[in-house]
Amino acid sequence: MTARTRLIMFLAAAAVIAGFFAAACSRLPPFGTPDHPYAARAVAAALAHRTANTVASVNFDIRAFDTLGEESILFGTVLGATLLLRRARDERHRRAEAERVMPTTRLFGTLLLPVTLVVGVYIVAHGQLSPGGGFQGGVVLATALHLAYVAADYRALKRLRPLTFLDVADSLAAASFTLVGLAGLVAGGAFLENVLPLGTFNQITSGGTVPVLNAAVGIEVASGLIALLAHFLDQAVELTDPDQHETGGD
Amino acid sequence: MGIWPYLAAGWVLLVALYGLVTSHNLIHAIGCLAVAQSSTYLLLLAVGYRRGGTAPVYSDLTPGTRPVVDPVVQALALTDVVVGATVTALLLALTIQLRKRHHTVDPQALTGLKG
Repeated sequence: MTARTRLIMFLAAAAVIAGFFAAACSRLPPFGTPDHPYAARAVAAALAHRTANTVASVNFDIRAFDTLGEESILFGTVLGATLLLRRARDERHRRAEAERVMPTTRLFGTLLLPVTLVVGVYIVAHGQLSPGGGFQGGVVLATALHLAYVAADYRALKRLRPLTFLDVADSLAAASFTLVGLAGLVAGGAFLENVLPLGTFNQITSGGTVPVLNAAVGIEVASGLIALLAHFLDQAVELTDPDQHETGGD
Repeated sequence: MGIWPYLAAGWVLLVALYGLVTSHNLIHAIGCLAVAQSSTYLLLLAVGYRRGGTAPVYSDLTPGTRPVVDPVVQALALTDVVVGATVTALLLALTIQLRKRHHTVDPQALTGLKG
């Protein structure tokens, strides 16, 4: 198919989509409507479970089962990327070279790495109180470790990154989400039921299982993301292409 | 504002699809897919908006004093972001392998099957 035919077909399809989408939108509740029945119920349920951050309550309490699926998607992606980016038989392993870095960049990384780690742990731990949680804090934690790559070189990052340990942590964290769910089944009668003591509203221990699940997700996201980026970085830094003459440019 | 925020989401989706259809580079196509995904964030947040509403977080807000936006769609947007990131990661991994085996990232040049 030529590019022109494809474009014409797309424009025809886009016109149909645009027409039906606009028609559907015209029947939606008006933008900014005060009437949000699900919001009212979710807020009431979150306050009843003494979780200050309603979004965390929706994710890890009301819709915790969906979040289990979401977490499994992430786990599956790490597995898939590991499989896709494994070293092929005809590729050679090349040791990453030590690189020179500006002293200011090195100072910046050395100072910022521990601060970013603390911020990541803070965001994971306070997910039930303020915006944040396991997914967001996990990404911050994984980013913190990669400051070592920015501020030093790939060898420094590899020393800071115990991949075997992280792979195990990733699997254990993913499994512990299910275990918390089973604990709810045993103690409360429903999978992922919030069976832990709910604590005092607006304290770090409030929310029952919400902070526990947040911690599990935080560990899983952080270790999974580091493992994922490790495979990409290995491809870029440590593997040489099978035939250099065609791909020598990068 | 009426239905304009919803239509904006649809517009972003169509722009991204146009990019996907005319793309000559798989990395660019993956970027277009990420834009298509972000149109769903727009739609979700537009659906959940409440006029004068603030964030649905009660750590520094007394319940009942101010309207809040819909927390359910915000939670859905989080799921959406996670799924978008994982899809992007897997597609980029596939692109790396394609580049190695076929020496091109132009989807229009990828016509032959190769075992």
